[in-house]
Amino acid sequence: MGTFIEEVTKAGVMLATDGLQPSSKGKRVRLSGGKVTVIDGPFTESKELIASYALFQVKSMDEAIHWTKRFLEVLGKGECELRPIFEASDFSANVFPPEQAAREAATRQDMRRNAAKN
Amino acid sequence: MAVTATDAHRTIDAIWRIEQAKLIAGLARLVRDVGLAEELAQDALVAALEQWPKSGIPDKPGAWLMAAAKHRGIDRLRRNRLIERKHEELGREIEAEGEGATPDLEAALDDDIGDDLLRLIFTACHPLLATEARVALTLRLIGGLTTEEIARAFLVPEPTVAQRIVRAKRTLAAKRVPFEVPRGAELAQRLASVLEVIYLIFNEGYSATAGDDWMRPQLCEEALHLGRILAGLAPNESEVHGLLALMETQASRLGARTGPSGEPILLLDQNRARWDQLLIRRGLAALERAEAVAKDEGRGLGPYALQGAIAACHARARTGGETDWARIVGLYGALAEITPSPVVELNRAVAVAMLAGPAAGLDLVDKLASEPALDAYHLLPSVRGDLLEKLGRLEEARAEFERAASLTRNERERRLLLNRAVACAR
Repeated sequence: MGTFIEEVTKAGVMLATDGLQPSSKGKRVRLSGGKVTVIDGPFTESKELIASYALFQVKSMDEAIHWTKRFLEVLGKGECELRPIFEASDFSANVFPPEQAAREAATRQDMRRNAAKN
Repeated sequence: MAVTATDAHRTIDAIWRIEQAKLIAGLARLVRDVGLAEELAQDALVAALEQWPKSGIPDKPGAWLMAAAKHRGIDRLRRNRLIERKHEELGREIEAEGEGATPDLEAALDDDIGDDLLRLIFTACHPLLATEARVALTLRLIGGLTTEEIARAFLVPEPTVAQRIVRAKRTLAAKRVPFEVPRGAELAQRLASVLEVIYLIFNEGYSATAGDDWMRPQLCEEALHLGRILAGLAPNESEVHGLLALMETQASRLGARTGPSGEPILLLDQNRARWDQLLIRRGLAALERAEAVAKDEGRGLGPYALQGAIAACHARARTGGETDWARIVGLYGALAEITPSPVVELNRAVAVAMLAGPAAGLDLVDKLASEPALDAYHLLPSVRGDLLEKLGRLEEARAEFERAASLTRNERERRLLLNRAVACAR
């Protein structure tokens, strides 16, 4: 895996990545019928679990597919799901006015700041 | 698996973008000629476009392209009897293999691809080439941009860019520029040339305003991409991380620095909620690496890292009021020591004014008034006007804003300055 990380770092395409700890260390929080339940891991009933994420900056989905293929070749087996990230430019100005974009970003900044404090 | 021609072409496009720089770099080491390497790589692309839609995409497309390019290369060497001529250029290593032998391509290819890419970057940015030629060649060979894209980004006709590239490749061949990463004392100077090219590309994109061709802002991303590649290839160079820190942090403000109709918004007036936090984090991380490498080597920060550190001061401040101006003043002082320039001095004066009040800033600005380099620099009267206005010397301020307006070439900025002049007259 180190080789792959090195490859994508030298290619200048990976902006962020993190591995997730096992689901035994995770929680699920559910809101249903106005009631919040906290469920402890592990989540054995799940068919698939998310183990990591990575953020790539590429010019096309085809490029993203190519890098994912490289990743899976190194991994040997597995499945990845690719999703483009929403950016403010994906919305027309009246659907997503600049002030809302700003509020959105402010909230996110607060969240990150709080996360950094923990 | 059935592949439609369009699907295959899209996939080939993507693979090409990823592989082409490595391909050209690997080939350039073999044939010792960047121009020829690019031609061979193009030949391989043509072969892929012919064959892949029929045969499907190979498992290792990069290796396939390299093998195809090598075959073309060997064919060419034989057919054109280039081998004799190349003997001279390739030197003893190949002559030792005797007449008619082809270079040991396989063995040579096992070398680290990253090293080749680094060699290619240093060659494309060779100080022997004019700056515009370095920029065009770097975007073409490492960024993988087409001549048309480069032309659009720099607002010049396509034939001009094409000619720059052709001439640059010819110069590199004629002067027999070795395909290598420079060492020792030469490294610092050559690295400076590489960093200059990347930052120039970034600034060309950064100075583009709304309404311009989308290719221009795209240059920021290209420069960031190049900077990130370089940071991966040369992690022991503090200034490489310093430049990356500067670019990531500046890019974080791209969404906040213009208003709805494209008018520029000054740093302190920007809505900081619109700064991109991911890029800020990446910028701060790059700055930490720049500082760590410099510390390991027992050296101070270089000019890019210092500018990155100044940008980081703004990025860390939640509001303009939280800005650590004392630190910024210190950093500008350090920058002025290693790269003395009236522009740096002017920036330091602005920071001093923020820290110690407009009168202290004005003292420094007035010392720059006789500086010939700033004669036609609109920011000098603009800053002076701003400080005079804060001191309530409105009549002098108005004159300075008018002077600044007459010097700027940016229409939006000119209007802004004239408005400020009018406001002083009331």
